[in-house]
Amino acid sequence: MTLLRSILHRLATMAVTLIGAAVIVFFVIRVVPGNPIAMMLPPGASEADIARLSAHYGLDRSIPEQFVIWLGGVLHGDFGTSISLRQPVMPLVLGRLPATLELSIFALVLAVIIGGASALAGTLWRGTKTEAAIDVANGVGLSVPDFLWALVLILLFGVLLPIFHISGRISPSADLPFVTQFYVFESIARLRFDLWWDLLKHMFMPALALAIPLAAIISQLLKQSLKETMHLDYVVLARTKGYGENHVILSESLPNAVLPTLTLIGVQFTFLIGGTVIIERLFSYEGLGNMAIDAVINRDLPLIQGIVLVFALIFTLINLLVDMTYALLNPRLRNA
Amino acid sequence: MSAFLTIRNLSAMLRGGSQRVLRSVDLAVEAGEVRGLVGESGAGKSMIGKAVLGILPSAVSIVEGEILLDGKNLLAMPPKERRRTIGTVAALIPQDPLTALNPSRRIGRQITDRLVDILGWTKANAHARALELLDEVKIENPERVMASYPHELSGGMRQRVLIASAFAANPKLIIADEPTTALDVTVQKQILKLIREMQARHGTAMLFVTHDLGVVSKVCQKLSVLYSGMIVEDRTVSDFFAAPRHAYSKALLAATPKYTDPFASLLPVDEAVIAAADEEVKAADRGWRHG
Ligand SMILES: Nc1ncnc2c1ncn2[C@@H]1O[C@H](COP(=O)(O)OP(=O)(O)OP(=O)(O)O)[C@@H](O)[C@H]1O
Ligand SMILES: [Mg+2]
Repeated sequence: MTLLRSILHRLATMAVTLIGAAVIVFFVIRVVPGNPIAMMLPPGASEADIARLSAHYGLDRSIPEQFVIWLGGVLHGDFGTSISLRQPVMPLVLGRLPATLELSIFALVLAVIIGGASALAGTLWRGTKTEAAIDVANGVGLSVPDFLWALVLILLFGVLLPIFHISGRISPSADLPFVTQFYVFESIARLRFDLWWDLLKHMFMPALALAIPLAAIISQLLKQSLKETMHLDYVVLARTKGYGENHVILSESLPNAVLPTLTLIGVQFTFLIGGTVIIERLFSYEGLGNMAIDAVINRDLPLIQGIVLVFALIFTLINLLVDMTYALLNPRLRNA
Repeated sequence: MSAFLTIRNLSAMLRGGSQRVLRSVDLAVEAGEVRGLVGESGAGKSMIGKAVLGILPSAVSIVEGEILLDGKNLLAMPPKERRRTIGTVAALIPQDPLTALNPSRRIGRQITDRLVDILGWTKANAHARALELLDEVKIENPERVMASYPHELSGGMRQRVLIASAFAANPKLIIADEPTTALDVTVQKQILKLIREMQARHGTAMLFVTHDLGVVSKVCQKLSVLYSGMIVEDRTVSDFFAAPRHAYSKALLAATPKYTDPFASLLPVDEAVIAAADEEVKAADRGWRHG
């Protein structure tokens, strides 16, 4: 009963969040200067041409009127037509979304592996030089934003030590058998590990740039939580049972220390996805973020709206997922 | 007569400090016997227990002495072997049952883990053993309790679980560090009685840390009195109550309102006695040069 109510409550909150995001974006991008029609026409187009095209895209009406028309379309599954690409918005956005999702998930996995491993190592070797080195690394990781890491990585691995690709999603020469846009998943499903490896080599640099700051945050918080549990009675009791420190950390401390980090990862993951906008641009990775920048440059209002709405939907879904995982992992909440 | 636990000349210091927290402690627990360890708060009682179990806080280091468990010097062993040895023959009944169980693991696993992981029992045998012990500590519905999480049990139940867990691997030595202080008075009596019964049935040697001379008179055969990390008296309990030797012990005994009441606590000891005892500690420190 309470579960059903809390789910309904969450869904209602999500709906309000999405509508709010839609309204704000809709009005803000129409108030800021810049005319999408002028952007798409060659210089020297006549006033009459501009007016005609504006009318075609409904931009001659008042903003509230435009909103009502747009909302009516959305409710029927029509998100409008991209002005710069002259195609329906939704297929465009959905075509690019998988690339961004794969990049973000890969970055998240990297961040969890790097951050988690360094937190565990720092806890195992607490009070030693290893922990001090991890603290320094975390400090650096945190104080440099993802796009600067991207530039560092491009310089380091793209120019000085070119073992990874620094541009694109897959080698242009590759001949693609894919029917979905989820290339990484599909390459595994088709057992095409050559393509999978090529995709990974392209994704690694942008994913690492996105992952480093998050890895540092994970490492810092998880290590702190782990260290706080190390002197608790049940952890000490486990040591008297004959367990080594590795086991004590992994099976006594970690299950209790991981919850705050999990919440943090949820929040930070949304920031990471936000970071894909610039990172995809820097690595010419053909995802939603890269498309978003083009859309903004071209003042492509319907496309911007579509992209923002999809991002907002993803963010709210992630928050929901985090709350559910949290409840699942915490026996106190589970049985309540 | 070789004792199961022998502590010889054990001194411990705070890291970076100049004062000892344990001062050349000698203490032995014979197989099957219960030795009480009394002293006021901060005397170092828990420190001795932690030293034996290898769980001293990192701020404390042992600077001198031996801890022999079943004749083997724990302090001469590499850390891994030391932990294993301790886990195989010794166990702890902790002070606070509310914090001594892992909140995110089921009760059953917290009893059987040592049996399976350290002693190599099969899961089925360990499970059966846990049920048997939960029954011994008078927990009803042991199957259900094993499937529960700690927060679903009362403090008294949790202490019973911890007692069952301590006895699970048939240890030769149990260290009970004030196992009833965190409990309600009514529950204290039951738990104390239970520990006594379990100890007698299993014939386990026990080091019983307490503030309480009344409890000592009920549970222990031998007694060590600790003052400021220094053992000032080491006697059989009957000798001690008949005629304590050390001035501090005498004052301690006199300050206990009725030592026949197992739940009477210590009252503050006379200042002159404390001053004399402090002098003794200083003299011991002057005579001590380590290394
Ligand atoms: N983690 C620690 N770091 C530094 N000093 C400590 C630490 N734990 C205990 N001490 C000091 O060591 C001394 C002995 O402490 P211990 O816990 O053994 O006392 P106790 O006799 O068990 O007292 P109580 O009856 O209050 O449990 C005390 O003076 C205490 O201040
Ligand atoms: Mg203590």
